[in-house]
Amino acid sequence: MTATKKLNLKQKYQYLTRDMDWEPSYQKKSDIFPLEEFEGIKIIDWDGWEDPFRLTMDSYWKYQAEKEKKLYAIFDAFAQNNGHQNISDARYVNSLKLFLSGVSPLEYAAFQGYAKVGRQFSGAGARVACQMQAIDELRHSQTQQHAMSHYNKHFNGLHDAPLMHDRVWFLSVPKSFFDDARSAGPFEFLTAISFSFEYVLTNLLFVPFMSGAAYNGDMATVTFGFSAQSDEARHMTLGLEIIKFLLEQHEDNVPIVQQWIDKWFWRGFRLLSLVSMMMDYMLPNKVMSWKEAWEVYYEQSGGALFKDLERYGIRPPKYQDVANAAKEHISHQLWSTFYQYGQATNFHTWMPKKEELDWLAEKYPDSFNKYYRPRFEHWDELQKKNQRYYNPTLPQLCQVCQVPVLFTETDDPSSISHRDTVYKEDRYHFCSEACCEIFGNEPEKYVQAWLPVHQIYQGNCGGPELPGVLSDYYHINLGEDNLEFSGSPDEKRWNEMKGIKPSKKDDAA
Amino acid sequence: MSQLVFIAFQDNENARYLVEAISEDNPQAEVQYQPAMIRIQAEKRLVITRETMEEKLNRDWDVQEMLLDVISIGGNVDEDDDHFILSWN
Amino acid sequence: MAVKAISTYTAESKDKVENFNGMQLLYVHWLNHNMFCAPFALLVAPNMTFAELWQTYIKPAVAPHPESEKIMEDEIQWKLNGKTFEPNKGTPLLEMGIDHKSMLTMATPGLNGLYNASF
Repeated sequence: MTATKKLNLKQKYQYLTRDMDWEPSYQKKSDIFPLEEFEGIKIIDWDGWEDPFRLTMDSYWKYQAEKEKKLYAIFDAFAQNNGHQNISDARYVNSLKLFLSGVSPLEYAAFQGYAKVGRQFSGAGARVACQMQAIDELRHSQTQQHAMSHYNKHFNGLHDAPLMHDRVWFLSVPKSFFDDARSAGPFEFLTAISFSFEYVLTNLLFVPFMSGAAYNGDMATVTFGFSAQSDEARHMTLGLEIIKFLLEQHEDNVPIVQQWIDKWFWRGFRLLSLVSMMMDYMLPNKVMSWKEAWEVYYEQSGGALFKDLERYGIRPPKYQDVANAAKEHISHQLWSTFYQYGQATNFHTWMPKKEELDWLAEKYPDSFNKYYRPRFEHWDELQKKNQRYYNPTLPQLCQVCQVPVLFTETDDPSSISHRDTVYKEDRYHFCSEACCEIFGNEPEKYVQAWLPVHQIYQGNCGGPELPGVLSDYYHINLGEDNLEFSGSPDEKRWNEMKGIKPSKKDDAA
Repeated sequence: MSQLVFIAFQDNENARYLVEAISEDNPQAEVQYQPAMIRIQAEKRLVITRETMEEKLNRDWDVQEMLLDVISIGGNVDEDDDHFILSWN
Repeated sequence: MAVKAISTYTAESKDKVENFNGMQLLYVHWLNHNMFCAPFALLVAPNMTFAELWQTYIKPAVAPHPESEKIMEDEIQWKLNGKTFEPNKGTPLLEMGIDHKSMLTMATPGLNGLYNASF
């Protein structure tokens, strides 16, 4: 103790997470925390829980307030200076539409998830960490919506993101990912979101996305992204600590955690295939390819991580090699899919320009020219003849990840990697061995999947014709939000904006 | 196999001092400049020292101030009043 | 394996055949023609003949592909749920074993997609 009796970091953290907690005297602990045991995880001593950042409430509010002040100062400046006019190209805004309807609602789902598990642990350290993270996630969801509300004034497709998240076919991919995690027990939720998603994979979402925003002149997005990401560093640390804590508590936890890591690595990898196409195709100014990002943020960082975890008897995720090999293909396969279903998306799609094709060929020397360039040139030709290709049928969806069954076999990029299985007399279809295996481990959970294509066919999404589903059930403004970028109202407005070179008279206020 | 720890900061005024201090305390660290961010990586271990930062800034500096500018990290974290350490075992 | 849960966990499939108002789901995949990014998901009547399925569902679905015009219907190599399958044109689907959520794959020897890339 110093003369001023100022507590150091460790002491302050000790007070918050241990000394303010108490042992119940007239209620059983298992009644207060009823979800702590059913997953089979054994906790011997919650005192082993250590948050390395040792953040206390006073510092938490202080730093978060400072982050918010900085952030909103930039939002104001961005709006007052018509910042949207400084982006590289209007095509860029489509990545924001994908983000706002695909990712921001996940931040909200994360808030709900952490608020829930933040009540469920009998260890006060874990409760405090989860509650702080719940507040962070709510902040992220809000700041993202605030940042993008400026774009909503000038571009189409941003008007109803939460509803679209709940209903639009491809948005069931991110939605069902989080629903899967939130409906699991509290320890699986933390392994899924804090460890597998936040620690292992989230860099691939935020870091290239925000660097991409910076490269495309979008200061508002860069700022909210990095502001959110500064919380992420804390969340990631938490994710790693949770795993180490579970593994150190009891050896029986090891196989349970391993199976969760296998599952959630794969679920996250499939979810991030949406990000792969965003990076390679939706950013007019490219930062790095998906393949490069995967190599740095998964192969290199994940490699170091799993080497570190070896001492606990944990091995790298089971289907890691399939994911590593797929880095050559998934972005091209996803963009092909969204291009052909561009009539049913809340953002525009387009064919890459010649320089972009060359960039892709350079970044993907082993796959692009052989498998993907010919198809893009084919579609480009059709477009020049005014016969832009749209696929009028509905696709088969994977029962687990809900992505259309579009991925190819590791050893044969020309064959779709379809799998199926029969459970209680019904057949189920999958995009991969890994998704099929996840189903096999918990079939009762996944038979309940709300698969958008099947729901349309059951008549639960309006219609019966597709345009009715898109406009009335998905709230997509047909001819404005969807279809090809060239000739879209977004493009026209952008051309006017850039042609006029406004004298910023709107900024007078 | 090499085991790199890393830390990424927003490329802003604070980061300049952090990079200077980290480079001084970790001569083996590699600094990479990327759009709007600075990424620093090193084999196995990277440390930020309060004392070095205070020298650079010429004012008191709380280790937790780095929370304002950090974007991402890789490695086990150990933090106390004087250091922020990233490491792999 | 069972779902670990706090109480007995039972669930019903969202996609039971009775939820499809008398119709059934059928997936069709044309091998090596990845212009169609994924197998087609079709809603069909179980008592429809195979000839009708071909004419009113599969032919229009594959029509955007330039190779579709060259398909010799009688030379298609069919598989039903992974097993070799010889369709009988006049027989209803269900009678031939094409039940709810079945998958038909069609291989067309000599037609392997465009650009030597299974497109």
